Amino acid sequence: MTEKTVLNATHRALGARMVDFGGWDMPINYGSQIEEHHAVRRDAGMFDVSHMTVIDLHGPRTREFLRHLLANNVDKLKKQGKALYSCMLNERGGVIDDLIVYFFDEAHFRLVVNAGTRAKDLAWITQQAQDFAVEVKERPDFAMIAVQGPNARGKVLDLLNAMDRPRIEALGKFTAAAAQGPRGMPLFIARTGYTGEDGFEIMLPNDDAVALWQALSEAGVAPAGLGARDTLRLEAGMNLYGQDMDDEVSPWEANLGWTIALDEGRDFIGRGPLEAMKAAGVPRVMIGLVLDEKGVLRHGQRVTTANGSGEILSGSFAPTLNKAVAFARIPAGDPGEISVDIRGRELPVRQVKYPFVRDGQPCAGI
Amino acid sequence: MSEIPGDLKFLKSHEWARAEDDGLVRVGISEHAQEQLGDLVYVELPEVGASVVAGAGTAVVESVKAASDIYSPISGEVVEINELLGDKPETINEDAYGDGWMFLVRPSDRAELDELLDAHDYEALIENEDH
Repeated sequence: MTEKTVLNATHRALGARMVDFGGWDMPINYGSQIEEHHAVRRDAGMFDVSHMTVIDLHGPRTREFLRHLLANNVDKLKKQGKALYSCMLNERGGVIDDLIVYFFDEAHFRLVVNAGTRAKDLAWITQQAQDFAVEVKERPDFAMIAVQGPNARGKVLDLLNAMDRPRIEALGKFTAAAAQGPRGMPLFIARTGYTGEDGFEIMLPNDDAVALWQALSEAGVAPAGLGARDTLRLEAGMNLYGQDMDDEVSPWEANLGWTIALDEGRDFIGRGPLEAMKAAGVPRVMIGLVLDEKGVLRHGQRVTTANGSGEILSGSFAPTLNKAVAFARIPAGDPGEISVDIRGRELPVRQVKYPFVRDGQPCAGI
Repeated sequence: MSEIPGDLKFLKSHEWARAEDDGLVRVGISEHAQEQLGDLVYVELPEVGASVVAGAGTAVVESVKAASDIYSPISGEVVEINELLGDKPETINEDAYGDGWMFLVRPSDRAELDELLDAHDYEALIENEDH
């Protein structure tokens, strides 16, 4: 049974090409994925991300629980509305999911986790929460619209109650706050995203989602599908769960070491194996690749290095760069010359530092 | 849905063939196929002089989301390829039945054309696919 977001009929009326995405009937594009990608890089685009799972955590020991559950440290969240990106690990140090946690108050935090991992995440979180008497409450009553691009914030601000505007305009990156939208609808606005552009991710009651989508559309925000979202996040150097890491991959091997807080004395799930791996030397690394020749890097292609072979994780044509880029996982150590097998042909690729694109522009050396 | 030109013949896998006045057969992919594939970003064509076999993989088109094999509707020798597609693969999206043609074949057996679907049957096929 395929699930539908509250915007499903809106997408269909716009002529979207719909696909099954983790059990959800979602728009892959509304005509041209490349034009939608450019709209976000150059102006403003919006994505229906209501399929993502919102989970509220309640209880006086919620912070203590999250210190245990997450590999990043929620003690970095000191001010109301602040957000943090983290991995949630299993006992072997593999990644169950990556997520964003928001801080409301000591007795209330919010998680936003992936759609495709919903069931296992809820089961895991509920199981772990028992020892801390934390209540785990899914919020299917929320829709979520991501508005992204250099002009995205301005277009959203114009729709807000004038009283709220200065406060939301001053919102720092990775921070969220409540505000009133058109017709007084209650919005939870976060200055976060998955595109490498500035913008907001807005949670709101399902009943208001179509009206907000229409208002954004009238303000000149272009509908963009999950296809463009994927090429935008890849250019921005952001991992995709299931493709770049999963339960069998540690954050060290997925270039997520920056999210691991090995602070003194905090006993988070997976910490022991993570530290042991680091001490023993991590056998595989995740790198960025650019294909200067014609062709497209894709998930699953074999990568050959001086140290042995690896594989392409996320790979795609990158519309901003007009060539293909990818993440690959390869054996650690100097890889020497790297090539990728594309339909039986070995094509040379260049290792680069990513992100590939930042704030609308190709990064140096790409 | 745009009109399908009546002089085209089709494979079920959405390639078209057009018999030209000089006896050569021009090959491309259908409007329906380009819509399904989405924005094309790379086209791999056969070499001029290559032999092609009806029903065999002869070219590859890559959209942002996937790579797809293109089958030749007819056997013979490739006498020309559409060089324009090297720099502008999106020409197929813009004009699948015209400027977006892929390669031109000197057929070894023109009777193979009779095996293909005509425009009417092809239209019926994709209408069924959509339902």
